Amino acid sequence: MHKKEFATPPRRVALFVTCMVDMLYPEVGMATAELLERHNIEVVFPYEQTCCGQPAFNAGYRDEARTLARRFLDVFEPFVQQGLVDAIVAPSGSCTTMTTHFYAVLFEDAASTADRQRAEKLAAVTFELTEFLVDVLGVTDMGAHFEGKLTYHACCHLLRELGINEQPRQLLAAIKDAELVPLNGAEECCGFGGLFAIKNPGISTAMGHRKTRNLAESGADVVALCDVSCMTHINGLLSRQAQRCRALHIAEVLASRIDVNDPPKAPAPAAPAPAPRRWQDAKQE
Amino acid sequence: MTTTPIDLHAPYKKRVADALNNKHLRTALSRTTWRMNDARVNAMGAIDGARLRDQVRQMKEDVIARLPDLLEEVESKLQENGGQVHWANDAADVHRIVLDIARRANVQKVIKAKSMATEEVHLNHALEEAGMHVVETDLGEYIIQLNGEPPSHIVAPVLHRRLEDIADIMHRKLDIPLTFDPEMMCSVARAKLRQEFFGADMGISGCNFAIAETGTICIVTNEGNGRMTSTMPRVYVAVVGIEKLVPKVEDAFLQYQALCRSATGQSTSVYLSMTNGPRRPDDVDGPEEFHVVFLDNGRSEMLAKGYGEALMCIRCGACLNVCPVYREIGGHAYGSTYSGPIGAVISPLLHAEVTNAEKLPHASTLCGACREACPVKIDLPRLLLDLRADQVRDGEGALFDKAAMFGFVQTMQSRARYEGAGKIASLGSNLLENLSGGNIKFMPPPLSGWTQSRDFPAFAKRSFREMWQERTSRRKEISGERLTAQP
Repeated sequence: MHKKEFATPPRRVALFVTCMVDMLYPEVGMATAELLERHNIEVVFPYEQTCCGQPAFNAGYRDEARTLARRFLDVFEPFVQQGLVDAIVAPSGSCTTMTTHFYAVLFEDAASTADRQRAEKLAAVTFELTEFLVDVLGVTDMGAHFEGKLTYHACCHLLRELGINEQPRQLLAAIKDAELVPLNGAEECCGFGGLFAIKNPGISTAMGHRKTRNLAESGADVVALCDVSCMTHINGLLSRQAQRCRALHIAEVLASRIDVNDPPKAPAPAAPAPAPRRWQDAKQE
Repeated sequence: MTTTPIDLHAPYKKRVADALNNKHLRTALSRTTWRMNDARVNAMGAIDGARLRDQVRQMKEDVIARLPDLLEEVESKLQENGGQVHWANDAADVHRIVLDIARRANVQKVIKAKSMATEEVHLNHALEEAGMHVVETDLGEYIIQLNGEPPSHIVAPVLHRRLEDIADIMHRKLDIPLTFDPEMMCSVARAKLRQEFFGADMGISGCNFAIAETGTICIVTNEGNGRMTSTMPRVYVAVVGIEKLVPKVEDAFLQYQALCRSATGQSTSVYLSMTNGPRRPDDVDGPEEFHVVFLDNGRSEMLAKGYGEALMCIRCGACLNVCPVYREIGGHAYGSTYSGPIGAVISPLLHAEVTNAEKLPHASTLCGACREACPVKIDLPRLLLDLRADQVRDGEGALFDKAAMFGFVQTMQSRARYEGAGKIASLGSNLLENLSGGNIKFMPPPLSGWTQSRDFPAFAKRSFREMWQERTSRRKEISGERLTAQP
């Protein structure tokens, strides 16, 4: 896909914050805006934005996904067209994939040519956060500070659809005082997969347990990643297992808000695994 | 003690639960899938793997585009060579054709080289019902045949069993002393199989690729059992999926490269057996009769429905080895001859009786590891997404999805409803969080699927948009000017 090359550095961006960040993790959105503002980027937030339609697309509901895709285009297109912003930035590999790769699938038939062209125009100026920082702004050192062991989990859409892997790793490598530790199977899926986690809870959990085992072995205090969806899954498992390690969105790590000696969300006090009751014995995952 | 095999005809949920609860199965899976995947990565890394994949992809695209022409070409070449060509629409056709050949040649004993096509149509069962003695000669297939199990992997049929289980099966079924020495186990199997080879009337194999320009059936093995199957018995039958063609001899070796490196991580397999036709007067060996059965069984429909890309598959199993779902549940949980990502795509499309086949396209996180491993670069996640979309279009979507999607789109279509829903979710989830004393540990069905093993965070008390609005207005107060542009 063709990405716009900027002759002069971009000055304003529209923040595509994603619905999950908006409603569940506002601090990730604030950290994203802060990182951009530190590099003299003015951040604009289009209030009409909701969801890009990925859950519907992944479940096969293409008409519903198209409705939300058109809405996304309607919301963001005027900002780009009228030159109010130079780019769209999202703190998510998955939602960026949806708008830059899968809208083309939704609008691939001849009847949707106009929408496809609109989507292509926006896709050319839409960037995932770390991609924007490293590839567009050309910065890797965000001046962040982190004391503790840090590792990285590569989210699937980010890695295999967008091909983004070096950028977040470079950003993490530049963090002062952080000890980067390797993670076995860093590029393996954590088992989230959207509705998959609810439709196939057993398989999803088994995959997640593999991830948390690897995290425990890595000795990391924090695993940084670029999608809050995978973060929710990994943290859901870590919290249930009462592990100390936590997954954090890379924006928060880079915004230097982390002190492992005083984590912002302390793990719930180690809840002992409930002893199986007699009538639960036969119950399977 | 060897565990009970998973019942392929059980409902999907039960198959998956049985797989996840089978510790021996999961040990076997984690021992082998990683090893096979590493071998592939090394073998493809030893050459210009990217170029090989490009070339194979290009060749297979050409094959699918010219399939009818190539099928006519291979048919006429095979007939020129003295072979007999048969066309089978479905499993019943294959049974009828092969039984017919067997009856006319008075066949009692059949030896088989590993073949997924014959597994797909359950040929062994039909032959045995007709009173014939059928023996699988691939070592892995031989072991599972002893234990009455179907294969669980396209390339490594007994992948679901640990060495310890195989020792136990051989000990019980062949009445030999219990041994964990693989060499000893192999030599026992070799001695038993040798007798079978000598006494067989008919050999049946599948086909890894058929060369159109020469009319050649090629089978790739490491044990030499393919060569024995195609040359020793009086009658040789190859069952070939109609997509298994390559136009020219050089294309065959392109596919051979990709297959060996992707399947087992070998630069070449130990044997590549090629059969052009029956024994000629000056040949030292070979079958008296040579039959090729081309099998459709839903393949041409697959092409017509827009799933032609799935027909480019060369059955190397690389996508299974790398799939994080396959690695947890193995092949039998898919309930089909074909498992893993490619199995999830083709099982619902082939004319195969698979229980809950409609669940298979959803048995994936769409992580894309399979596409990266595939030597033909088949976009498996895209095909799974298309299958899901077809289900919805045909009104076969799950009820839960339908209701959820309706509510979801209604909410997301309007800023007011979205913000309102956010408020409600925030109140509700914070209440649940308080009840759980921390993260949410219980949610009602179907969301209980999440909380049975994972916590869920409460929605933020103040959304990003609220925080942003407040920040923006405070800044405006301070600077007295408009900072943010709105169209």
